[in-house]
Amino acid sequence: MSQFAINLLFVGASFALYIGIAIWARAGSTSEFYAAGRGVHPVTNGMATAADWMSAASFISMAGLIAFTGYDNSSFLMGWTGGYVLLALLLAPYLRKFGKFTVSEFIGDRFYSPTARIVAVVCLIVASTTYVIGQMTGVGVAFGRFLEVSNTAGLLIGACVVFAYAVFGGMKGVTYTQVAQYCVLITAYTIPAVFISLQLTGTPIPALGLFGDHVASGEPLLAKLDAVVTELGFKEYTAHHADTLNMVLFTLSLMIGTAGLPHVIMRFFTVPKVSDARWSAGWTLVFIALLYLTAPAVGAMARLNISELMWPNGGISGEAVTTEQIANDPEYDWMATWQKTGLLDWEDKNGDGKIQFYNDKNEDLQAMAAEKGWEGNELTKFNRDILVLANPEIANLPSWVIGLVAAGGLAAALSTAAGLLLAISSAVSHDLIKGAINPSISEKNELLSARIAMGVAIAVATWLGLNPPGFAAQTVALAFGLAAASIFPALMMGIFSTKINNTGAVAGMLAGLTVTLVYIFLHKGWLFIPGTNSFTDADPLLGTIKSTSFGAIGAAVNFAVAYIVAGMTKETPAEIKALVESVRVPRGAGAAQDH
Amino acid sequence: MSDNSSNDAYWKANVRIILISLVIWALVSFGFGILLRPMLAGISVGGSDLGFWFAQQGSILVFLALIFNYAWQMNKLDIAHGVDEE
Repeated sequence: MSQFAINLLFVGASFALYIGIAIWARAGSTSEFYAAGRGVHPVTNGMATAADWMSAASFISMAGLIAFTGYDNSSFLMGWTGGYVLLALLLAPYLRKFGKFTVSEFIGDRFYSPTARIVAVVCLIVASTTYVIGQMTGVGVAFGRFLEVSNTAGLLIGACVVFAYAVFGGMKGVTYTQVAQYCVLITAYTIPAVFISLQLTGTPIPALGLFGDHVASGEPLLAKLDAVVTELGFKEYTAHHADTLNMVLFTLSLMIGTAGLPHVIMRFFTVPKVSDARWSAGWTLVFIALLYLTAPAVGAMARLNISELMWPNGGISGEAVTTEQIANDPEYDWMATWQKTGLLDWEDKNGDGKIQFYNDKNEDLQAMAAEKGWEGNELTKFNRDILVLANPEIANLPSWVIGLVAAGGLAAALSTAAGLLLAISSAVSHDLIKGAINPSISEKNELLSARIAMGVAIAVATWLGLNPPGFAAQTVALAFGLAAASIFPALMMGIFSTKINNTGAVAGMLAGLTVTLVYIFLHKGWLFIPGTNSFTDADPLLGTIKSTSFGAIGAAVNFAVAYIVAGMTKETPAEIKALVESVRVPRGAGAAQDH
Repeated sequence: MSDNSSNDAYWKANVRIILISLVIWALVSFGFGILLRPMLAGISVGGSDLGFWFAQQGSILVFLALIFNYAWQMNKLDIAHGVDEE
C-alpha cells in the first residue's frame, strides 16, 4: 500500500469516528450545549480538557522548540503545565460551584456590573479568535502535507467535520469527540517516541531514556548530545544561556495565561460536583503530562539523530554526508520528501559533493571551515515545526506510523479549534444575546442562536485560516497576554477577596489589558502592522523583558489597580459578599445547577 | 449551609493548604528549575544536573502530586466542616 493510501486510511478512519460520535451525542438543551448537562465523569473530562488544551503548537511545535534551544525553552514545559496547579487550586472548584455557563457570566455577576461582563466577553472573543486562526492554518497544512490535497480543500474538509460535531453536539458532542481525539493524538505522539527511545537508549519509556545512557557510545544521552552539538559550534544543550529574569517572567506568564484561558476553564463546568472539578484538574494534568514528559525526550533524541545523520563518519572530524548518499540511501529519503514542502533545504556551496552542517556564526568553526575549505553551513533550512512530523521518517519507522502521526496532528488541531469555537459561540449567545440584548429569550431560541453563532464562528475561523493575517504567528502571545492580564486576575480576586467591588474590577481589567496590549504593540507593531513598532524583542523597552513575557506584569498591574480603586470607592454590597461566601463552600452545588 | 464561624474556619484551612501548595509550586519550577539551578549543579542526574531535571521533568511530576494532594485534603476538609456535597 502506498504511503498516501495509508495516510488516507488513518485520517479517514479517525474522521469517521468523530462523525459517529457527533451522531450519538446530540445536544437537546442549553445545559447540554454549554456544559454537556454537567454529567461528564472527572476522568473523561480530564481527557477531553487535555485534548482541548493541547493544540497544534503542543503536538507539532513544542518538541522542535526544545530540540533547537535545549534547556532555555524549558519555560514551555513548566509554564504550560504549572498553570493547571493555579487552575485546580484557585479557580476550577469555585467556578463549578457558581454553576453558570460562561466565564464572563461569573465576572458579570460577582462584580454586579454589565460593563465587567462585556470587557470579559471582548477579551474572550479576541483571545479565542486569534488562537483559532493558528489551529485552522494547522489543519490546512497537515492535510496538504499528508493527503496531497490543496490547503484550501483540506481546511474546508476539516471545517465541515468540526461543524458536524460542534454545531449539533455542542459541549456534549465536543467533549466525547475530544476524548477520541486525545486517544488518537497521544498514541500518535508516543509510538514513534518509544521506537526512537529504544533505538538510542534501549529503554521503551522516552522520559527515562532522556536521562539514560546512549547505547552506541555508552555515555549518558544528554552528555553525548552536549558533546555533539558543541562540536558543531552550537550552544551546549543542557546549559542555561537565556536571560534569567525574562525566563522567570515568561514561565509565569504562560502559567497565568493557561489558567485564564476561557476555553479551558469552561470545561470544568461540565462535571457533576465541586470535588469532581478538583479531581478532574488532576486528571487533566495526568493526560497532558503523558505528552509533556515525552516531548523533551523527542526533542533531544531528534537533535542527536539529525546531527549524526549529517556527520555519519565519526562526527565533525570525519567526512560529512555526501549529496549522493542523500539522493540514494533510503535512510535519507525523508530529506527529499521534506525538501518538496520548502521547510527543509540544503545546498552544496563549496561544490565538494558533501553537505557540511555546522554553526557558521561560531568563530572556532569559522577557523575550521577556512582550513577545510567549507563555505558556510550547507543545511540551509530546517524548519523546527517539521521535527515531530518528520521524526518517524528520520528514525526509519514503518509507514503506518507516519499515517498515525498525520491523524494525530489533525486531532490536536481540530480538538482545540472545537473548544475555542464553543467558547466563542457561548459568549455570543449566552453573554451577548441572552445577557445583554434579549434577556427574555426562550431556551429553544437560545439554543438555536448558540448553534447559529457556532456556525458563523466556524465560517469566520475558516476564512481567517484561508487568509491568515500576516500577524498570525504573533497572536499566540496576544491570546496568552489577554488571558493573563485580564481574565485570570478578575476571576481570582472575585473568589479570594470580598473587598474588590465593581469599579475596582473594571479598572483593574482595563489597566491590565491596556498596559499588556501597549507593550505587545510597541514591540510587534500597532495592531501587528509591520514597521510601526518602536522596540524589538531583541532589545526590549524594559530591561530584558520581551513582549511575550509581559502577561505576568499585566496581571500584577490588574491586581494593584483593582485594590487601590476598590479601596477608594463604595464597598461591595452584602448580597455580593454572600455570593462569594457561597461560592467558597462546596455544599449546594447541585441546587445551583440551573438558572 | 452551616453556620458562619465554621465556614470561616473552613476557608482559613483551605487558604493555608493553597499557600503551602503554591510555595512548593514556585520552589520546584522557578526555584529548582531556574533560579537555584547553579546551587544544585553538583547533583548530577543522567548526564546533566538536578536543576535541568526539575525544569524538564521534575516540576511536572510535583505539579501532579500537588493537585491530587489538594483534591484529597479538601475532600477530607469538606467532610470535617460539614460542607461536603450531599
